[in-house]
Amino acid sequence: MLDLRLYMLQRISALIMAPLTLGHLAVMIYAIQGGLSASEILSRTQGSLLWFLFYGLFVLAVSVHAGIGLRVIVFEILKLKGVALDVFTWGICLLLMAIGARAVMAVTLL
Amino acid sequence: MSSKQESMDVSVWRGDEQSGRFEHFEVPAQESQTILDVVSWIQQHQDPTLSYRYACRVGMCGSCAMMVNGVPRWTCRTHVKKVLDGNRLEVAPLRNLPVIKDLATDMDPFFDKWVAAEGMHHPSKTRDDPIETINPESADRQVANAGIECINCSVCYAACDTVSGNPDYLGPAALQRAWTVYNDAKDADKQLVLDAVSGRGGCHNCHSQGSCTMHCPNELNPLDAIAGLKRASAASFFKRRR
Repeated sequence: MLDLRLYMLQRISALIMAPLTLGHLAVMIYAIQGGLSASEILSRTQGSLLWFLFYGLFVLAVSVHAGIGLRVIVFEILKLKGVALDVFTWGICLLLMAIGARAVMAVTLL
Repeated sequence: MSSKQESMDVSVWRGDEQSGRFEHFEVPAQESQTILDVVSWIQQHQDPTLSYRYACRVGMCGSCAMMVNGVPRWTCRTHVKKVLDGNRLEVAPLRNLPVIKDLATDMDPFFDKWVAAEGMHHPSKTRDDPIETINPESADRQVANAGIECINCSVCYAACDTVSGNPDYLGPAALQRAWTVYNDAKDADKQLVLDAVSGRGGCHNCHSQGSCTMHCPNELNPLDAIAGLKRASAASFFKRRR
């Protein structure tokens, strides 16, 4: 159910998420120190390639990581198998990617 | 001992995979009594149709493992005093394996997975070659030695929640055997072993809960062996892509 390829994808996506999560928390704490408003934050992130890549990569890593993690849970607990399990894994991955991409575009595109 | 012999209330699983129930027996308590002694006493004095499996009676053959009060144990080396719950004992067939009858399980899935995990020797020499000298102090040999006392009792397999959730999972014993073979300097096909444990039922499904290591009667550490396989297979994943 979880072969070497999926295992490595989940581990590598976790390795990517860890520093990005820390970076996100650090920037959040830093950004609100001076009482920045939402529009002031957006004025800094919109049009920024750096923040687009930062959160774009985060969304990709989350989508892969969560898709595989939930795959294990539904297989072991709900006994979903075969094609249905693959459809579920890809469904979660694509859903999170679509929702995440929408948010990233709203925050970083002009 | 008192003149009036004390007795225990022993529940024993009777039946097969499809149907069955716990049957109660009153068994006299004795000094230095093992769970296997209790089961044997029932078969010899109360019900000769009770089916169970044992061979050596000294913790070497790995035949007599059963669930005792919900915990997998080698029954020939488990003292009643250690596990008695008040006055009660519950003896059932090993978890995660098909039941043939009463306390006897079908061990085929367990041993088939040893083969599937390539837990066998892959010769590097012929019988005509001189015997290779192995340094017993070498790091590889030390790692291989850590798992060789496995007696195939299936206690770890019965203890494993991952096997319960995923019947294709190779299980702790087969994976520990694969790790032993992988670290054997005389084994010729280590990549074959890694490939065998990297499929959909392979070592990467282990959640590292550690029930195998906790319950192993020989105090082996299959969890550590599985972690070793994960490391080795992850390293081979990158090497093969170069």
